[in-house]
Amino acid sequence: MDLKINGTSRGTDVPDQMPLLWVLRDVFGMTGTKFGCGIAQCGACTVHLDGIAVRSCQLPVGAVGGRAITTIEGIGETPTGAKIQKAWLELEVIQCGYCQPGQIMSAAALLAANPHPDDAAIDAAMAGNLCRCGTYVRIREGIKHAART
Amino acid sequence: MPHAPDPALAAVSRRALLRGGTAFAGGLLIGIALPVARARADEPVPTGTRFNAFVHVAPDDTVTFTLPAVEMGQGVYTSQAQCLAEELDVGLDKVVAAHAPPDQADYGSPIFVVQATGGSTTTMAWTMPLRKAGATARAMLLQAASAEWGVDAAGLTTADGVITDPASGRSLRYGQVANHAAGLQPPAGVKLKDPSRFRLIGKPVHRIDTPDKAIGKTIYGIDVVRPNMKFATLMVSPVLGGKVGPVDQSKALGVPGVRQVVVLDDLVAVVGDNTWAAMQGLASLAVEWSPGTNADLHQAQLWADIEKASEGAGVVVTKQGDAPARLKDGTLFEATYELPFLAHAPMEMTNCTVHVHDGACEIWVGTQVPGFAQAGAAKALGIDPAKVTINNHLLGGAFGRRLEVDGIVIAARIAAHVEGPVKIVWSREEDIRQELYRPLYHDRLKVRVENGRITAWHHRVTGASIMARWLPPAFKNGIDVDAVDGAAKIPYAVGDMLVEYIRNESVIPPAFWRGVGPNSSIFSIESFMDLVARKTSVDPLAFRRGMLDKDPRALGVLNLAAEKAGWGTPAPASPFGPRRGRGFALMNAFGSYLAAIADVAVSDAGDVRVTRVVVAADVGKVINPDILLAQIQGGVVFGLSAVLHGKITFAGGRVEQGNFNDYRILRIDETPPIEVHIAQSTENAGGIGEPGTVIVQPAVANAVFAATGVQLTRMPIDPALIAKVA
Repeated sequence: MDLKINGTSRGTDVPDQMPLLWVLRDVFGMTGTKFGCGIAQCGACTVHLDGIAVRSCQLPVGAVGGRAITTIEGIGETPTGAKIQKAWLELEVIQCGYCQPGQIMSAAALLAANPHPDDAAIDAAMAGNLCRCGTYVRIREGIKHAART
Repeated sequence: MPHAPDPALAAVSRRALLRGGTAFAGGLLIGIALPVARARADEPVPTGTRFNAFVHVAPDDTVTFTLPAVEMGQGVYTSQAQCLAEELDVGLDKVVAAHAPPDQADYGSPIFVVQATGGSTTTMAWTMPLRKAGATARAMLLQAASAEWGVDAAGLTTADGVITDPASGRSLRYGQVANHAAGLQPPAGVKLKDPSRFRLIGKPVHRIDTPDKAIGKTIYGIDVVRPNMKFATLMVSPVLGGKVGPVDQSKALGVPGVRQVVVLDDLVAVVGDNTWAAMQGLASLAVEWSPGTNADLHQAQLWADIEKASEGAGVVVTKQGDAPARLKDGTLFEATYELPFLAHAPMEMTNCTVHVHDGACEIWVGTQVPGFAQAGAAKALGIDPAKVTINNHLLGGAFGRRLEVDGIVIAARIAAHVEGPVKIVWSREEDIRQELYRPLYHDRLKVRVENGRITAWHHRVTGASIMARWLPPAFKNGIDVDAVDGAAKIPYAVGDMLVEYIRNESVIPPAFWRGVGPNSSIFSIESFMDLVARKTSVDPLAFRRGMLDKDPRALGVLNLAAEKAGWGTPAPASPFGPRRGRGFALMNAFGSYLAAIADVAVSDAGDVRVTRVVVAADVGKVINPDILLAQIQGGVVFGLSAVLHGKITFAGGRVEQGNFNDYRILRIDETPPIEVHIAQSTENAGGIGEPGTVIVQPAVANAVFAATGVQLTRMPIDPALIAKVA
């Protein structure tokens, strides 16, 4: 099958049922997308399909079809992704950073859909992304900061 | 954990500092340029010449700092680099940071002796050794320049990696004199920079580890890729201590991409071409487990056992006057508090990549204890530790979990049966069920109250000893200094005082968990303070203030928190629940003072929502004020997970939880605004990774007490006990 990842077409012959997460990480060596729970409870594996945030640990690669996959390695090429990454560094949102690719992907999708989210919208969009370091207060600030830029 | 550095150990870091120079000048490394535009940020290797254990300077002016404390999110890559760069006079943008390899002589912690990052000790342990290392390297560079120019080194200045002779206007870059300088004898007793000239220390400079993290470039242990690497996952006996019985491998070996099944006495592992294949193979593996002796292990029995143990005789930790005699009569209060098993559950689950070959072993992992990792793998494989290479990585969270090397030992045992390198990744369920847990604690407190203040105090801490297993020399006279940290010495003047410790081991090995011993001590003391205050109809803060007259720093944070949170006004209304309350807590541990005030709303069903947290902290001198704030904010969230949701329980010898659906950690939509107020202080620096976790738990419990009139004594908060009876 052919996958469109960050604007590049890549071919692979893995089984259809293999979650996209493992295709990215183990087959293509794109390790920015993280394994966190395997049951769509933590959001560490979040990527975009045609701009929509999805959990790649629960997405069989065969279901992707021709949709465009964007990962943390490519999100900086989108206007909202670049804004979020910049805000994350300016406000020093990140601690250990392991969940942050997923946080950034969810935040970028939120901002693309809702350019000026309030706290409630942020909480609703980000509640599927766990952070054990507890960066939530700064994630809220970071999204608002990015929205202002 | 113990905080007072043992003077006898100071030699360790001094030796690390003064070594270097000629004997260790890295001739072999000279001239190796950094790879340009790396696609993957693998752990860097120092380039250029070695000045000491911590500093290398390359001809292209790249400065590599080899950092003794590992970066697991707490910001110490940056804070340690600030200390070195401040004295060396280089910009942080020129710095490459690398983790130290296992080397106790150079990188053993001045506090723990062993090479370990934990206990909120990095700033206390390493600020001075790193400043000295930076200043010594700078002095050697100056000496080299002065020899080159034939002028007195005292007249030269440095800034941003350049040495200037103001008299002549000449200048030399550090890289130009590095080879010469590193060959000189390191001067002893070099003078440190006056704090008035600090441009990095005390400033909220940006972190050096986050730019790569924001773009997915950072390579954690779990992201390691080796040539011809295979992928594996595993299952350990679901019953604690059980063994593998008959195994039918046929179905598993038929899964596409599965290469091999490894069967050891206590676990099975499946090796494949990718993690997914290995997971599918493991799911298809038919294993008959032999449960062993723990099949009857149940949580209720574990609680009963520790309660019974708490009734025995304790080892005396602190004794002032004759508290037992004074607790025979008068106005007495007594209570017990219990804390549950907890899993660390860092977002990066346990994983380890290992290549065993030719009598040697190479390991790629993120660990808080590189020396323990090396020793553990060597022992498991029956080889000399010198044959084990540890490639450490940035850690995707740790919280004490990576102070343990059980996963590394298991990975080495599996890899011994695998041809070529193998990356072994635990499933989240396996990670949570096979953790080393924060142990149960049972705290018993009894006091006498006269004229509105406590005049006799008896605190008995019962719990497993982590120190006895983790650092046996630190377990002396039957006292676990970590278990009683926060109880042995308290900020309150309480008259006659007796503090005891009872060691209670179960079959479940205990481990350090963010907040460590003070989590239970402070929770119990601060819950009890509120109980006594309410029973004697005194405001909880007024009650505490009356016993803090000899501890101005404690009183200072108490008053700061009270002022900022508006103590005395009601907690604001919340749509979450009609009952609301405001709770306070105070602590002195890790060399830091904190006070917290939490607001809660409680629903009729007994669900608790924390609506605001205000923290006041006096942590002494600060290296990076923004990282300090982040650590307190994050620590508070970690503590909220514990007090609201956190528990690991056993049934039939098995852990009942397995993933984030049943071992819940706080989500953003449960996270309150967290305000942090820092008291300016010139006191010695305290630790800050753990206190936020410690302080918020009793503050929330006290707020729930205020909201409901019920003091919950076993954590986490059980909504059933505070539901409104219809």
